[in-house]
Amino acid sequence: MVGYLIAAPTVVAAARFGLVTEQAKAAGLPTVQPVDHYDLSDILTEAALPTMGLLKVTVNPDGSASFDLPRAEVGQGITTACAMTIADEMELPVEKVHVTLADARPELVWNQLTGGSNSMHALYEPLRVAAAVARGQLVQAAADELDVLASQLSVKAGVITAPGGRTLSFADLAQKAAVTKTTAVTPKLKASSAQTVVGSDQRRIDALEAVTGRKQFAMDLQVPNALPTMLCRPPTINGHAVSVQNLADVKAMPGVTDVAIVEHNQFVQGGVAVRAKTFGQCIDAVRALKVTWAPGPVDGKSADDVAADLKKNELPLTPKLPGTTIEEVFTFHFRPGDPLETNCAVADVRSGSAEIWSSLKSPIWAKEQIATSLGIPPDKTTVHVTQGGGSFGRHLFCDAAFEAAWISKQLGKPVKLMWHRTDNFRHGRVHPMTTSRVRITHAGGNVLSFDQRHTCVATDFTQGIGDLLTSMDQSLPKQNSLQFSQTVFMLTANVPYNFGAVTQLLNEIYDFNTFNTSSVRNVYSPNVTTATELMVDRLAQSMGKDPLALRREFVRDDRLAAVLEKAASAGSWGRPMPAGTAQGIAIHKEYKGASACLVEIDCRPATVNRKVRDAYTGPRVTKVTHVVDVGLPINPLGIRAQIMGGIMDGIAQVLSYGLHLEKGAYLEGSWDNAFYTRQWNVPPEVNVIVMPPTTGKAGGVGEFGVGTSMAAVACAYGRATGKTPTSFPINHDGPLGFEPYPTSPPIPQSPTNGLENVS
Amino acid sequence: MATHSFILNGKQVSVDAEDDVRLLWVLRDLLGVTGPKYGCGLSVCKACTSHINGKAFNPCSVPVGDIKPSDEITTIEGLPATVGKDLHPMQQAWLDIDVAQCGYCQPGQIMAAVALVKEAKAAGREITDADLDGIRNVCRCGTYPRIREAIRQGAANMPA
Ligand code: FES
Ligand code: FES
Repeated sequence: MVGYLIAAPTVVAAARFGLVTEQAKAAGLPTVQPVDHYDLSDILTEAALPTMGLLKVTVNPDGSASFDLPRAEVGQGITTACAMTIADEMELPVEKVHVTLADARPELVWNQLTGGSNSMHALYEPLRVAAAVARGQLVQAAADELDVLASQLSVKAGVITAPGGRTLSFADLAQKAAVTKTTAVTPKLKASSAQTVVGSDQRRIDALEAVTGRKQFAMDLQVPNALPTMLCRPPTINGHAVSVQNLADVKAMPGVTDVAIVEHNQFVQGGVAVRAKTFGQCIDAVRALKVTWAPGPVDGKSADDVAADLKKNELPLTPKLPGTTIEEVFTFHFRPGDPLETNCAVADVRSGSAEIWSSLKSPIWAKEQIATSLGIPPDKTTVHVTQGGGSFGRHLFCDAAFEAAWISKQLGKPVKLMWHRTDNFRHGRVHPMTTSRVRITHAGGNVLSFDQRHTCVATDFTQGIGDLLTSMDQSLPKQNSLQFSQTVFMLTANVPYNFGAVTQLLNEIYDFNTFNTSSVRNVYSPNVTTATELMVDRLAQSMGKDPLALRREFVRDDRLAAVLEKAASAGSWGRPMPAGTAQGIAIHKEYKGASACLVEIDCRPATVNRKVRDAYTGPRVTKVTHVVDVGLPINPLGIRAQIMGGIMDGIAQVLSYGLHLEKGAYLEGSWDNAFYTRQWNVPPEVNVIVMPPTTGKAGGVGEFGVGTSMAAVACAYGRATGKTPTSFPINHDGPLGFEPYPTSPPIPQSPTNGLENVS
Repeated sequence: MATHSFILNGKQVSVDAEDDVRLLWVLRDLLGVTGPKYGCGLSVCKACTSHINGKAFNPCSVPVGDIKPSDEITTIEGLPATVGKDLHPMQQAWLDIDVAQCGYCQPGQIMAAVALVKEAKAAGREITDADLDGIRNVCRCGTYPRIREAIRQGAANMPA
């Protein structure tokens, strides 16, 4: 482990670092999977490693420290975790560490990609090294200044104290300790027992800005002359605009400055762009446009057609072994993956230069593509990463940034491009429709085999992640989503039980860009785990065992066994429950962590049919106990928040949150159509337990809660109703709970009766 | 185009806009007040929730022409001043409980919470589970349980 002191006016430090891999353990009728030894976290960390030395911790003249983080902050809390890591190692108060989001820096190569919940897994150690180098240099400078040995000095809260009480602050030393020649040093890291910040509950460093409305998202930036801009989008997925009948009329509407057809190509969906003084006038103009549309690639296709295509393309199971066999096919409908902030970006493209602002998880990719496609030199293209209003995988894709850049170039004016909510649901990127067939064979008290055949509409990995995978394995053909998908599936899917011969195979249908898809939060795992755990419950039934007892018996990982025990005891597994209510339990391993979730659900008619205005109520999850072992918890308060979010996703994905594909378009167009968890669905009791450190390595957190929660909710629902659910969300096939907005005009008008609903 | 005047966060402002432009865009695009967020423009997500004369409303669904010169519009930016402090007790509760994740929904959540508590207090009662269940604001990050906890704490520290 080596760090660097960098030649600069104040103390600036960086790290270089080696890779450590982890061993997994297997016992019993053993199951061993490649993912036990090398997973997506490893590949992402390994890819980021070579340029870790380019990340710097800077000591400012006022004694504070700065770090320009080459990742996207979208609510997952990595700016706070980075500030904590640096603060602890440097002995600075957390509020004295300023973490900003770096512009796209192509020299970082694969070290500016935010995905796979990998940020802290990759950054924790290098940040500690850089911070320790900085602290060491400040201490040495103090020793020289005070004429004592460095070992005699103590450091606390940015102040260095010598025996006898003389003190110097980091501010006193920031410039004096600077070096004129970059020098390699081997820093001494704090012992983990001496860490006081890492492992403690810390509130978010941006919380005050968030609660005062001062936190700035892309659409809050005031970029001169970047006027509100929207696209009029086609009635069906990936259709495109051919002509506009009333362009002059729309251009003459109040506030409107520009109207133009935007072509459909590999970078932008296209449509008809309108730019106006206010977004309200953009909405009016979009609605007024009379456009002739060319059909999209899935016109006429409905969910049933996709289901039939999935069925045709399911890979065969392994030959049946003698024994008792249980088998089931699960269907997971398309579901939205969007955050609350709709897709948006600001762009100012001039002849020969471009400046973009957007929440981007692969900004280097965005910068390269924008520069190339617009014919602007990369060094004249600046891509700023703004704070994101959520992501859930969405911002790995740069659609809004591309659109803003193209439209700005075409109009020759700066634009503030925003998607309408209805467009986000209907034309945004979704979690692809999936089926999962699982077959388990058991005999003589042992499980002999477990087969899973996962068949999905293709997940688009071509932006960012796909490029990274290609670079890590040259045998992968570029732009082949199927290859990327197989890699991600192989590096994440796992069966955490000793179930003998395990096979988990993925097959995908359609081209990666037939539907607009993305690696939605936790990617394949929510569906993989839900199908698996429902079948584990069926297995327990078939073997005459209690679901917890069966999991205890077959779990093949000590950390999973520990979280399972903890969840079972903290959540009072097996307590008597009234008919129509039940518990469900599930486990999952990913992101170098282990998690277990115990859910209680109420499916009694009085609950299911409770009334809330314009709301989908349905079964209610009444209590959740979710236990995570993340290896090394940096900020338990933040981890509990992330897992809580994952629980809300899990509930929605089982019970209510899906899309109805009908004739090439989704019917959903607002949050009162697509039923993401709302307060009336929230469990009155949510208890997230973060286990003490186990591995000493920071595992991933942002996506970690989704899969386990979803599986546990599904299992609880199955036990409460006495019937394994096989189609998700469970309300998908019931009567449509809303009146769909028309597809033409493509977006609904804002109501005008807001003053009637004042409360 | 007409000139519209109203009281925004304690100050009389005037702005030129067509009557039917919804107040949200007048605030955000014309006046540069960006605390209220856009999440749907359909009076559904409640990210834009602000106060009119002390009560919660959704400016995405009110034409600016409906606003009178005497109307007091309060956005999250003006909330602390309504209690004469740097932070409203509800904002403090939000900080204490570390509610926000991405934060995008939170200005709307806090404005909705303050109005809800005021309404309950005016009726001389405590916030109930049913009140909390009835909050429509979407939080796509799923901070709901902490929102419930923060509202209870904030309510305890709000004037009667
Ligand atoms: S933007 Fe006003 S309610 Fe959604
Ligand atoms: S905190 Fe992100 S939407 Fe609520």
